[in-house]
Amino acid sequence: MQISHFTAAVLFSVFASVVFGITQRNTPREMMRYGLYCFAMFVGGVVAAGWVMWILRR
Amino acid sequence: MANSTAEKAKVAEPPKPEGQPITTMSVVAPAVAWLIPGAGHLIQKRWGRGLLLMASIVTMFGIGLALQGRIYRPNGGDILDMLGFVGDVGAGALYIVTRAMDWGQGAIAHATADYGTKYLIVAGLLNFIAVADAYHIAIGKKS
Repeated sequence: MQISHFTAAVLFSVFASVVFGITQRNTPREMMRYGLYCFAMFVGGVVAAGWVMWILRR
Repeated sequence: MANSTAEKAKVAEPPKPEGQPITTMSVVAPAVAWLIPGAGHLIQKRWGRGLLLMASIVTMFGIGLALQGRIYRPNGGDILDMLGFVGDVGAGALYIVTRAMDWGQGAIAHATADYGTKYLIVAGLLNFIAVADAYHIAIGKKS
């Protein structure tokens, strides 16, 4: 099995966000919100880090 | 005067610690949660949470193996290998089965194999968090 860097990062974010959401909050609504927040932070961090590396490379 | 002294003595008495009572579930739930990811929630009838945790952790571990990630052994010698082992062993039965079947040898030929190694470690670490959550539910700290 071979996947791209981005796919690997997104899959990682999905699974980690699900576990963080369930374990770090008490109500289903809060779990959903926190899970989505974590996912957005993970993917946003990946994109931001990608741009930083692109700038450093130039 | 005597009453006053007795009252002061009562006030000065340190409060008794409110420890959580040790119940069967508070011991069994974390153990089962470690062995089978998500099962600690399932035995406490948190069906949705348990299934989601199980699906996430098992899938992550499975993808790690499919990416030809490396499974760490306890006697790696290197401190980083030992930390990797701590992460891997968190996956419980998944780790035991993988070792028994001699999977997870790691393929240095592929760049993505390193992702696989990280997936395996993080799946175990996420299961540790799920174990703690199962324990908190068992002792009534979380609903």
